[in-house]
Amino acid sequence: MDYFLTEEQKLLQEIAYEVTKEKIRPVRAQLDESEEFPRNLMDILAKTDLFGVCIPEEYGGLGGGVFENCLVVEQIARGCIGIATTFAATGLGIYPILLGGSKELKKKYLPDIAAGKKLAAFALTEPGAGSDVSAIITRAVKAGNEYVITGTKQWITNGGEADIYTVFAITDPSKGPRGASCFVVEKGDPGFSFGKKEKKLGIRASATRELIFNECKIPKDRLVGREGMGFILAMKTFDKSRPGIGALGVGLAQEALDIAAEYARKRVQFGKSIISFQAIQHKLADMAIKVEAARSLIYSAAKYIDTEPKDASKVAAMCKVFASDVAVEVALEAVQILGGYGYMRDYPVEKLLRDAKILQIYEGTNEIQRNIIGQEINKEYGRKKESIL
Amino acid sequence: MHIVVCLKQVPETQNIRIDPETHTLVRQGVASILNPFDYFALEAALKIKDERESVKVTAITMGPPQAKDVLIDALSRGADDAILISDRAFAGADTWATSFTLAAAIKKLEPVDLIICGKQAIDGDTAQVGPELATILNWPYATYVKNVEFLDNSTLKITRQTDEGYAVWKLPLPALLTILKDVGDPRPRSYKCTLRARKYDIPTWGVTDLNLDENQVGLKGSFTQVIKVFSPERRKDKLILEGSVDELVEQLYSWLKEQRIPGI
Repeated sequence: MDYFLTEEQKLLQEIAYEVTKEKIRPVRAQLDESEEFPRNLMDILAKTDLFGVCIPEEYGGLGGGVFENCLVVEQIARGCIGIATTFAATGLGIYPILLGGSKELKKKYLPDIAAGKKLAAFALTEPGAGSDVSAIITRAVKAGNEYVITGTKQWITNGGEADIYTVFAITDPSKGPRGASCFVVEKGDPGFSFGKKEKKLGIRASATRELIFNECKIPKDRLVGREGMGFILAMKTFDKSRPGIGALGVGLAQEALDIAAEYARKRVQFGKSIISFQAIQHKLADMAIKVEAARSLIYSAAKYIDTEPKDASKVAAMCKVFASDVAVEVALEAVQILGGYGYMRDYPVEKLLRDAKILQIYEGTNEIQRNIIGQEINKEYGRKKESIL
Repeated sequence: MHIVVCLKQVPETQNIRIDPETHTLVRQGVASILNPFDYFALEAALKIKDERESVKVTAITMGPPQAKDVLIDALSRGADDAILISDRAFAGADTWATSFTLAAAIKKLEPVDLIICGKQAIDGDTAQVGPELATILNWPYATYVKNVEFLDNSTLKITRQTDEGYAVWKLPLPALLTILKDVGDPRPRSYKCTLRARKYDIPTWGVTDLNLDENQVGLKGSFTQVIKVFSPERRKDKLILEGSVDELVEQLYSWLKEQRIPGI
């Protein structure tokens, strides 16, 4: 399908897919097996300029929005969403700075991110605060010209590998969620260390670690925006980043469909290619419908979110839920079409299935996304004057 | 520092066909690509540009107008400038006439500190143009270079692959290198450079731009002429041996003996 992209948008896709095809696909199985951080691939991606996709041009970026970011991560996800997650987590990590940071913070951090010289990470989740993000207990206390941060962040993508971390901590416990603030912490800051690297079902090329803040001292100008803006920044970040998770799902599902269709044409049983059987054709048809529907939703929603609408949260949640569910369903069917081969690690689809599952969990579980959508529907219909019944 | 990278557009050689009448390559329906070895030449130049200050990389190619595609590719990966050397008079050039023409282009591009070529092209496979170009310019050169370092602004320390192992040389600039793939994986296209490359107006230099005489270039300026090009006939008398290493050695030895190979 043609989505009538501009020449620049097509070029973003082209360059992202070129790297995926030439550099990522050939090594994805090996990285999955070794669980090795793809530092070399990040250096290669740095040369493409794609790390700057949604950073303004004045900070060395390409000046794109949520839509352009989706176009890029979708293509990288065709290769490996472990690598695409590593790439996208840097975008997630800098969104709070982009959205609420001072000019000085932007100048200090964004050019190196755009050039791919540094990676970033986003640190909100804690052992006791997952879906209930308001339960975070990491504290930041102002002491003279510094903030002192104490607490533990859990399951942080790019933890230990990133140079720059946007960390959410409570500055005023009496205010509940409105007492949270966002800070930039750099690798090497005193009192900042990392826990063990997690072993995961999928996206094994990505690094997931605990962040430990033991009276970590940072200069006070590392506060992003103002005190108390933490949760607003986190939520606004998700409005921008969740369509990207959807795009990862579209890329993964497209890869599963491509592999399944190619295999079904080649695999002969009962004297025929198995694609000539309706049982297989219908599976492929459903997979193709879902992939295209998810892509259409992501593309139009991402463009819409770039116009800064009021209902961005609802639309972003829709992207994340729909495309991640599609990714799991399509990957599962791809394994079924490849049969025994699909279950073997010699073929790439079992990895796609293991990888896809995280898309329904991270950056807000799909259950939480449905809550956001449901609550928004309730509000919208409460405001409606026109009645049908 | 000014580095010139010499590139060549070649036919994709997976399915090469020779016209039985004219003994030339059948170009119709065959995709053209950048000579794979030249990617490493470009990478070597761009690496120097990454590591050192004020380095300019110019990509040049001699060929028909469509050869500018390889220059666009080079610009998309980070070359600063590109020149297409193209003229009907250059057609049919052998390696000497090609090197002679390239030397004229290098003189027009002066000052040039370093020329980098691929180790050879996959169509002609001669590996002659690099050394000939250096010889015409009267520059020192090193072939099969696997590593390039700078001792100072005007001296290179290079590592050459040889049949016996490798050799480390000191080389004064200006110099010419032909490069092996050991210099590192060619980088991908950059978004910003590709946008620039699409708008970049590549200059074309012909016989008059280079102040050359038509008799010195192309077929007329060539010392060699291709009389016949052919695909060698596939040999059908294959022998496949199977077994453990010891058994294989035994089998091969007795077979060689049967063939009455001298010395066996």
